[in-house]
Amino acid sequence: MSSIDALRDPNPSGPAFIRHIGAGNVILAVLLILYPAVASDFFLTQIGGYTLIFGMIALSLMLLAGYGGMVSLAQITVVGVAGYSVAIFGENSSDVMGFGWPWWIYVPVAVLFAAIASALIGLIAVRTEGIYTIMITLAVATAAFYFAQQNYTLFNGFPGYAGLRAPEVFGVNWRDPLPFYYLCLGTASICYAAVLYGAQSTFGLTLQATRDNQRRMRAIGYNTTAHKVFAWFLSGAIAGLAGVLLVWFQGRISPGTIGVGAAVNILIIAVIGGLRHPIGPFLGSILVVMMQTFAIDIVGAERFNTLIGLVFLGVVFVSPDGMLGLWEKAKPYLKQNSLRPDP
Amino acid sequence: MSETGNLRDDLSNPPKGPTRNQIWVGFGVLVGLVLIWMIVAQWPDWLDAILISKKAFLSAILNGLTLAGLYFLVASGFTLIFGLMRNVNLAHGSLYLLGAYVGYEIATRTGNWFIGVGGAFIAIALVGLIMQILVFRRLEGDDLRQTLVSIGISIVAADLMLAVWSGGTYQILTPEWISGAIKLPVVTAERSNGTLVFLKYPLYRLIVLGVAVAIGVALWLTLNKTRIGMMIRAGVDDREMLSASGVNVHYVFAGVFALGAGLAGLAGVIGGSALSVAPGEDIRYLLASLVVVIVGGMGSITGAAIGALLIGLAEQIGLVYFPTYGVVLTFVIMVVTLAIRPEGIMGKRL
Repeated sequence: MSSIDALRDPNPSGPAFIRHIGAGNVILAVLLILYPAVASDFFLTQIGGYTLIFGMIALSLMLLAGYGGMVSLAQITVVGVAGYSVAIFGENSSDVMGFGWPWWIYVPVAVLFAAIASALIGLIAVRTEGIYTIMITLAVATAAFYFAQQNYTLFNGFPGYAGLRAPEVFGVNWRDPLPFYYLCLGTASICYAAVLYGAQSTFGLTLQATRDNQRRMRAIGYNTTAHKVFAWFLSGAIAGLAGVLLVWFQGRISPGTIGVGAAVNILIIAVIGGLRHPIGPFLGSILVVMMQTFAIDIVGAERFNTLIGLVFLGVVFVSPDGMLGLWEKAKPYLKQNSLRPDP
Repeated sequence: MSETGNLRDDLSNPPKGPTRNQIWVGFGVLVGLVLIWMIVAQWPDWLDAILISKKAFLSAILNGLTLAGLYFLVASGFTLIFGLMRNVNLAHGSLYLLGAYVGYEIATRTGNWFIGVGGAFIAIALVGLIMQILVFRRLEGDDLRQTLVSIGISIVAADLMLAVWSGGTYQILTPEWISGAIKLPVVTAERSNGTLVFLKYPLYRLIVLGVAVAIGVALWLTLNKTRIGMMIRAGVDDREMLSASGVNVHYVFAGVFALGAGLAGLAGVIGGSALSVAPGEDIRYLLASLVVVIVGGMGSITGAAIGALLIGLAEQIGLVYFPTYGVVLTFVIMVVTLAIRPEGIMGKRL
C-alpha cells in the first residue's frame, strides 16, 4: 500500500474529482488521449496498441502476484481461451467452427470463458503456495499449448484460426489505427482504474491481508480460498478482454500465440515493470514493446531473445521491484535536492 | 488429549476388516497378476478388440517404461535440487538440451558414444556448478527471484543454443552393437502354420531403461546408505540445522546442483540417441520434470520414480489409444494428484 500512497500527491489541490483520481493519473490520461496527435499509424498500433494490450495482460498477472502473492505463468493461456472463443463463436476464414455470432454476444462470452478458465486454474493453483504456483501454472500453460497444437476439431491444430475481424460498430471500423488505439486505451484505462479501486475495496484489502498472512486471515474467519479464486476470476476477466483485443488486432490466433515463450514474456513484462502498483505492467510493456520493435535493428531479429533475457536478468538482480523499484530508489535523492533547505 | 484417547480405543478394539495397507497390497498383487497374464497369455479376441492388439499394447507399455526412465533421469536432478535448495530451476530443460548438443559434438568428433555420454555429464555438471556458485548462491533464500533468474537463464540459453546449433534436428548415433532390435521372449501372435511371432523391441531402449533403473538404485543407495546422502537428506529436512551441526552446506548445495545438472546432461545424450535433438525439447522435458515432480512429490527420489512411471506410461498409452488427448491425460493425472494430495504422492506436508 505504501507505494500507492507514495504515488499520490501528498498535498492535493484543485477540483475535487482531480483530487480523488490523483493528479498524476489525470496528466497521464490527457497525454495518452493526445498521443494520436503526434503519433503515426505505426506508432499508434504497433507501439501504442501492443503496449496497452500486453500491459493489460501483465496487469492481470500483477493483480494476482502483487495483491494475491500468486505468480502465474498461465495468463497467456487465459488470453488464449478468450482468443479462441472469439475465433470459434465469431467468424473466421479457416472453415472450422466459426458460428458467426454478433460481437455483442461473443465478446462477453469470450471474456466470461476466460474468467472461468482462470478461476479453474486458480482452483488448482491455490491448493499449493509460493513457487509451487509458478510450477503448476507453467505446467498448465505448456499442456494447454500442446493440446491446442494437437487438437484439430476444436482448436484447428497447428495453423489455428485466421481471418478474425474486429467488428464495425456505429460505422467505425474498430481495426483502423485511430479507433483501435482509443479502444485499447479505453479498455486498459477501465481495467487500470478497476484494479486501483479494487485494491482499496474490502475485497482487495482482504486479498492483500491473505497474501501477508493466510493463516491469520483464516483464523479470523475469512474464506481465504474463495477470495483467492475470485481474484483469479477477476484477473481472468482482464486477461480475457486483452485477449479479445489481441486477436482483433492480429486477425489470427494459433498455438504459438499461447506458447511457453509468450507465457514467459508476460511474466517478463510484469517483472520488468514492477509488481507493486498497477502502473508497473504498463511501464514494463512500453519497454519490452519498444525493445521488440527497435532492438531488432541493433542485435538482429535472431538474437532478440538473448537481449531481452539479459535485460530481465539484470532487472531481477539489480531491482527486484522492476522499474517501479528503481523509481522508489531514486526518489529519496530527488527529494533531497528539492526539499533541502537553502543554506 | 483426545488423540491419545482415540489411540487407546484403536489399540483395544483392533478393526475387524482388512487394514488400508492390506487392501493396497491386495490391489497391487491383483494388478500384477493381470499384467503377467496379459504378457504371457495368448489374447482372446475380445481383448484384441478393446486394445487394438497385444503387440500395440505391449509396445506402448515398453515405450512408456523407456520414456519413464528418461523422465526419471531428468526429474531426479530437478527434484534433488528443489528438495535441498528450495530452488525451482526452470532452466533444467535447457541443461537437458545443452547436454544433448554437447554429447552430440563429443560423440561425433571422437566417434565414441560412451565418451559423449561421459563428457556431457561432466560438462553439464560443471555448468550447473557455475550456475549455482555465480547466480543462485547470491540469491539464497529468495525463492521467487531464483525462479525468475532461472527463467531468464533458460531464455538466453535457448536463444544461444539456437544460434550455435541452428534449428535443425540432430541424431546422436549409438554404437552398432546396441542399435537394432532384439526378440523378446514374449509371444504376440501365432501364425496359422503354427509358428510363433515374438515381440521385437529396440535393444537401445531397453538399455535406457536399464541405465535409468541402475542410476535410480545408485541414487537411492547414496541417499539412504552413505554419509553424504545423510547430509543431503538432513538438508532437505532442515538446512539451518544441518549448517549448525558443522556441515558446510554450500559444498553440499554445490555438489547436489552439479549432480542434478549432470544427470540432466546425461539424460540429454541418452534421450537424444533414442529420439532426436531439436530446439523445443528443453521445454518438453521441463514440462515432464515439472509434472513428474508435482505428481511424485518434491524432493523425493522415490516420488520422482513413481511420477515418471505414471507420466511416461500415460503419455505412451495415450499416444496409442487416444492420440490427440495424450497431453490431457498427463494433465488429468496432475490435477487429480493435486486434488487428493497437494504435496505429491511421496511428498511431505507443505
